[in-house]
Amino acid sequence: MLIIGEKLSIIAKRVREAMMKRDKGPIQEIAKAQQAHGAGMIDANIGPAEGQEDLMEWMVTTIQEVVHLPVCLDTTNYQALEMGLKVHNNQWGKPLINSTSNDPERHPIMELAAKYNSDIIALTVGKGGLPADAEERCGIAAELMALASSYGVPMENIYLDPLVLQIATTQDQALKVIKTINMFQQLNDPPMKTVVGLSNISNGCPKKIRPILNNHFLTLLLYEGLTAAIGDAEELITTVKTVDVMLNNTLYAHSYLEM
Amino acid sequence: MAFTPPKETYTGKVYTTTIGQADRAVNMGGESVLPFHSFEGVTPNRPVIACEIMDIPPAEWPDTVKEVYSGVGDDPVKWAQHCETTLNARMIALRLAGTHPDNENRSADDAAKVVKDVLNAIKVPLIIIGSNHAEKDTEVLVKASEVAKGHNCIIGKAQEANYKTIAASAMANDHKLIAMSELDINLSKQLNIMITQLGFSKDRIIVDPMCSALGYGLEYTYSVMERIRLAALTQNDTLMQQPMLADVGVYVWKIKEVSATEDQLPEWGSLKERGIAWEAQTAASLMLAGAELVIMRHPEAIRTVEAFIDELS
Repeated sequence: MLIIGEKLSIIAKRVREAMMKRDKGPIQEIAKAQQAHGAGMIDANIGPAEGQEDLMEWMVTTIQEVVHLPVCLDTTNYQALEMGLKVHNNQWGKPLINSTSNDPERHPIMELAAKYNSDIIALTVGKGGLPADAEERCGIAAELMALASSYGVPMENIYLDPLVLQIATTQDQALKVIKTINMFQQLNDPPMKTVVGLSNISNGCPKKIRPILNNHFLTLLLYEGLTAAIGDAEELITTVKTVDVMLNNTLYAHSYLEM
Repeated sequence: MAFTPPKETYTGKVYTTTIGQADRAVNMGGESVLPFHSFEGVTPNRPVIACEIMDIPPAEWPDTVKEVYSGVGDDPVKWAQHCETTLNARMIALRLAGTHPDNENRSADDAAKVVKDVLNAIKVPLIIIGSNHAEKDTEVLVKASEVAKGHNCIIGKAQEANYKTIAASAMANDHKLIAMSELDINLSKQLNIMITQLGFSKDRIIVDPMCSALGYGLEYTYSVMERIRLAALTQNDTLMQQPMLADVGVYVWKIKEVSATEDQLPEWGSLKERGIAWEAQTAASLMLAGAELVIMRHPEAIRTVEAFIDELS
């Protein structure tokens, strides 16, 4: 499974300050740490970035200067996305746009995915509020897939995201999301790729139990065939490697955690 | 409509390993498909058969295989030259059996001298194997590795009990290393991990999952080899992508079927043919399981297996 390292978010004070000052040091340090802990891609969340259209370009080049990984370009800003995609070094893998959804304002982003042959996260939520269950998520996913097709985005470039909700406020949604991961894959042959914003499950929970919630939720999602998770590589890597062994994707050896 | 045979594609590939020097260097591995599946992908290198010699005369070998080396078997240098020039061996495996404490208990210095003399007498690549005494091998193989520096040999066998010293020595003297585990795929991977954690490059390891002769557990070796190769190709497991060794001769030429006389067991047929067929059959089976390097003793068995490779290549 692919871990998309989530630590480079504008929400974090240290990262925000570095972004505003265009200070490469902290950004590169975090990116390197995520790679060392097993991330296969680095998420760069710059928020809406109004008036900061060149920020994604700077983030992509700053990250790829030190880690040879693809970047997940996390913003709703069309222009910032395009500037980031232009400089992305595809030698290390395809970039991933985070994200489009069934909100018409987010549809034009699909043009960029087609134009730059980028992967794209399709969040199965519309303008009308949160999805109620797995079936509604699949309905939205089907609409998004049809839309993506009309933009010329191939199905294998899409990562469907069921939208993980908080366990503390909407407990019954956890199981619905797990079920959705299974159902998403059946929407196409070969199966659709899937992704989650994992740590959302424990949002609002005490700091001490967040890693426990995140890791156990991940185990259940992996069993259903999850392709990728946005999260903290250091926190999740043990679960990913162990489940890989349990599912017979990797050959067991006593030192498997060190590999 | 014409029939199109289905083809498997794999994500992994076996490392290519080069042994020896200059125009006599030999490449092994490199394939991206199961053994001999050249119709599905690349199989750039032919499996290699190494002809086995020893530092002491083959007194313990059954007559069938002892007789073919009469006149050269008492001198490792003459023996090696015979293999290279008369038998056209592509590679030679020198087993330092005489260093075993229960055998002649020869010193590491004695062994090193034999290694040096043999290397000076041949041009084909050399495999240097200890006596399979974990403690003594440490001493013997370190010395052997030093005098063989620059010859790009294969040194072995490193096992769980002694891998640190032997791997360090192979690394310092630029040799390849045989990593041997005992018929357990998980322990084979584990040993590779531990060796690489010493800083030894994983593409310089030759994996020996432990051999066994037909009728004496061959199916265990076959199964472990097959699963190692599947992990390499289908799971792209970089710690299982080394070429594999089948040390066939030593396991075959000690069983009842290659030494029981025709008087004792007339229904088993010709003793000579039986032994040769047994070695050839064991070797051919393990090549089908994935062995890229096979150590053998009888020239006729070697010729038979070479013909088998020709047929399948």
